[in-house]
This record gives sequence, C-alpha cells and structure tokens, in this order.
Amino acid sequence: MTQTSSPAGAATPVYRRRNNGIFHYVVLIVLSLICLAPIWIMISTSFKPDVAVQSSTPMWFFFVPTLDNYVNIFGRGNFDRYLGNSLIIALSSTLLTLLAGGLCAYALARAQFRGRSFLANGTLLIRMVPPAVLAIPVFAIVTGFAIDADFVVLILLYTALNLPFAIWLLFGFYQQIPVELEEAAIVDGASPLQVFFQVLMPLMKSGYAVAAIFTFRIAWNEFILALLLTGRQSRTLPVATSTFITDTGVEWGRIMAMGTLIAIPPLLFTFFAARQIIAGMTAGAVKG
Amino acid sequence: MPASVQSAGAEPAQPAPRRRRFVLTPYFFVAPAVAIMALGLVYPVLQAFYLALYDWKVGTSLANAPFVGLAHFQRLLSDPDVMESLWVTLRFGFWTISLEMVLGIGLALLLERPIRGASFFRTVFILPLMISPVVVGLIWRYLFDARIGWINYYLGFIGIEPQVWLGDPQLAFFAIVVTDIWQWTPFIFIIVIAGLQALPSEVIEASRIDGANWWQQVFLVKLPMISSILVIALLMRLIDVFRALEVMYIMTGGGPGRSTELLSLHIYNRAFATQQLGYASAIAVLLILVVSAFSLLILRLGNPMRGKSNI
Repeated sequence: MTQTSSPAGAATPVYRRRNNGIFHYVVLIVLSLICLAPIWIMISTSFKPDVAVQSSTPMWFFFVPTLDNYVNIFGRGNFDRYLGNSLIIALSSTLLTLLAGGLCAYALARAQFRGRSFLANGTLLIRMVPPAVLAIPVFAIVTGFAIDADFVVLILLYTALNLPFAIWLLFGFYQQIPVELEEAAIVDGASPLQVFFQVLMPLMKSGYAVAAIFTFRIAWNEFILALLLTGRQSRTLPVATSTFITDTGVEWGRIMAMGTLIAIPPLLFTFFAARQIIAGMTAGAVKG
Repeated sequence: MPASVQSAGAEPAQPAPRRRRFVLTPYFFVAPAVAIMALGLVYPVLQAFYLALYDWKVGTSLANAPFVGLAHFQRLLSDPDVMESLWVTLRFGFWTISLEMVLGIGLALLLERPIRGASFFRTVFILPLMISPVVVGLIWRYLFDARIGWINYYLGFIGIEPQVWLGDPQLAFFAIVVTDIWQWTPFIFIIVIAGLQALPSEVIEASRIDGANWWQQVFLVKLPMISSILVIALLMRLIDVFRALEVMYIMTGGGPGRSTELLSLHIYNRAFATQQLGYASAIAVLLILVVSAFSLLILRLGNPMRGKSNI
C-alpha cells in the first residue's frame, strides 16, 4: 500500500528503496508487537513475585525478577517426571514418524504400485480426523483391554496423527531429488534400503528437519488425549499445567512458569528454522 | 482405485533398473506407516461408529451396554444442546476464518517484498503458531481476567468500564475469537507468502508495465493467481475449527452456558463430564461426517500426491 503512487512503465527496478517507507515499517512493528506482547507477558509474569502478579497495574519491565515460581514448580512433587514424560513421548513419536513416514513418502514419490492412489488419497483424508473423535474409542479400547501402557498408547496415537502430514511433506521433498542419483547407486549395486538410508537420507536433511519440527510440536503440545489417557505418574507437561488452574484462585506466577517451559522448545526451533518452516509448511499446498 | 499397472516394455525409453527396483519393495516401504495409521486412526474411528450404537456410560462395562441401534442419531438431530454447539462452531469458524484470511493476506502482502529485516519479521509472525494451545489459552485467560487482566486496565484509559470477559456469553465468545485470531493468522500468512513468492515475476512486471496500480496488481493479478492456494488454506482452517478445543477448555470450559462450547469440546464434555459415552460417540460420528465432507472437497481441489510419482 505504499506503492500506489508508482509511475507505470518507468524502467525502474521492481523493488526500489522508496517502497520501504516509514509507514511500512510502522505497520510491521505494531503487528510484531501484537504477536510478541502476549508471549512477553507470559515470560515476564513467570519471573514476577506474587505481589506483582496480583497487581491490577500491568508491569511490562519494571519489577524485581525472582526465580520463586520456577523453584516452586520444580519443588512440587513429580514436576521433573512430567518434563521427562513429555520428552520421552514427544521424541519417540517424532523418531517413529520420521522413519515410517520417510519410507512411505519415498515409495509414494518413486514407485507406481497397486493401491498407491488409494493410499495417497486415504492419507490425506485421515489427516483431518479431530483428536476429540479419537478420545472415546481409544478410552474404550484402553479400558476394554485393560491396557496399562500410557506411553505406548500416546506414542502410537501421536505418530498416527502426525504421519499423514509428515508423508505429505516428505513426499514433496523426495520429488525434488533427481531419480538419476538412485539409478547410479543401483547400477553400483546398492539395495533399495541402502539407497534410502545412505544415498537419500543425507540429501533430505532439511526435509526431515522441518517434518521433525512439526511432528515434535504436535506431540509436545497435545492436550486432550494426554489428559484422558495419563494417570498421576504419567502426565505430560500440558496436562500437569492445566491441573494448576482451579476454581479457587489461580496461581498465575507458577502457571506462567510452566507455560514458559512448555513454550521454550518450539520457540527455539522457530528461531533456528523459520525459513525452512515457511518452505515446509507450503511444500504441498503451493505445488498442489 | 488401484493404480494402473504398467505393462512391461510399454515405454522402451525407460531404463530397466527403474522398473525392477520396486517390484515387491514398495509394500515393505509403506507397511510401517500404514500399520500405524490403521491402528492409531482408522481402527478408533471405526470403533466410534460401533460405540455410537450402544448406550454406554462411564464406569459400566461395555459388554453389558444395551444396543440402541440408530436411536442416538435420531436423538441428536433434535437435541438443542448439540445443535447449539454446532451453531457456536459455525459462528466461531465464520468470524475467525474471515478475519484471519483478511489479516493473513494483508500481512503477507506487507512482507512479500525483500525489505530489510524481512526474515526477522517473518520469524516473529510465525511464533504464535508454535505455542501450545494450552499455553495460549492460559495467556489469554490471564489477559482477559476481570480483576488483574491487562485488557481491562488498558481499556480503562479510553473510558471503557472493566468487563467480566469470560463470564458473559457474548464477551466470552468474543474473547475466544480474538485468541484464535492471534494464534492462527500466522498460518494463513505462511501459506500466502509462500504462494506469492512462487509467482513468476514476469507476469507481475507485465501488469505493471500495462499500468496496473498496486491495488489492481493485488486484486486482479496476484490473488487470482494463488486462488487455489487460498481455497486450500481456507478449507484447512475450517477443518482446524472442528479440531479446536484446548483453548476453550482452558479459558472457559465451554461456558458460560454453551456460548464457547465448540462441537469437539461438547463431545468431550458429554462423554466424560456427563458420562454418556455412547451418545457422545454418535456426536463424534456427526463431526467426522462434517469434516469428511470438507476433506473430500480439498481432495477434489488437488491432492499433490495423486498420480505424480517420479516413475
């Protein structure tokens, strides 16, 4: 909207300095602040003493920071266990998703086989299943068979929920790799699995990185299935956090400290891989 | 719909190794993923259809649950609570998605050009998307708090009386819409900006030379060229609206009344708060049917994996 006055037909380059007007930056900065403010409020609140948290006057920066909230949640029983549970579940399901999803995406990208288009369509279709729909039947299955393996069930569910997206994403990346590379390897006598792991895997690093970020994010953040399927010992962080909200007074300082801890891994990923995230998020959509 | 079987030698130009490589192995390659999806997604969904036929309550044995056939489905079609949740979901979807589309497209147009600091702004704009919905619900519940909430404090400066945001049906609905827009506008932004960057610059340059101003370039050239991407983004958001429940669970629990109880939260509350597992399964089946309709629409518009393998 800064370009309305541009003279048409002039032999000027498309992107001129003049377009980057102050107005442009003011709008961008205001929007960035809207994105960042709630995150900053969470992080800063987690370092505030209770008096400051309960104050009806917002304090953006000027308060005496304290680690009390973090000390408090780590001191409370089981917090380190919840952190460990979340890590084990999210990491296992991410690994499993990448392995199974990578193999499947490779076959879909490279081979014609009976059932291929059924699999391609079906994968996209089941991507849409809402977790709330899984809640009751999984509850029935788990109670019906008296399964007492929360971790295994959650890892399986998160992997299943993530696979359609991972397959879709990795398919796009495999398609960009020239077939000739594999043909050369096969002529040299490599088996299909050797081609997959030794020739293609290294070339797919960025594709797998993006898939890992998205898979980890879903598994790390998932709430409703974890709430339903975990017990006092096997809770994940989001579930543990929600139990801190009660009708009688909310301990905001503690809750914001837990929220900050949950947010750290996905926020770090975003800073390190924003470019790939944009590319990956749209690998399918744009080409489709 | 089985893929067409290639007859040997139909394409003599094709080198032999290509065909031989995947005679048996594609099934080994897809087997783990298919098994996990079948066990973790397809089986539970089928089980939901089965459970919907029984009047099963929490704490009782499924084996003793009476078979009621399609009675649950008859009941839900005239159940005012279910219909109200469906209506809340549709209203929520309408407001959030239309505002997110406008904001997300606007944001992408602002950042489409390679200006100084673009990658910084892009990173910042996708941060809300990465934050756990539970945490998003917590943050905004704190901001909308009637007593210590920052929103009431700042509205006080422009003469607006403190509101009990999450205790009033209309204000609570407004609050979850604002929260959803904060979290999901980045999704539209990402998709649109990638689409805009994939456009051939010659076409836009040509329209400039023909005298199109900025608005004409956007509305007559750029947006029409990415219209299929926009439709897919819109449908994906629509499907996400039927998944949403964490934010409302944390912020309002669905209340006051049913003003923020989206259909998926309603299913959860029915099943585990009022303990009607069988009936809640029937509502889940309704949800699956609605979502499948939108999914099939997306497939119609284009599944990138269909019939485009490299061989």
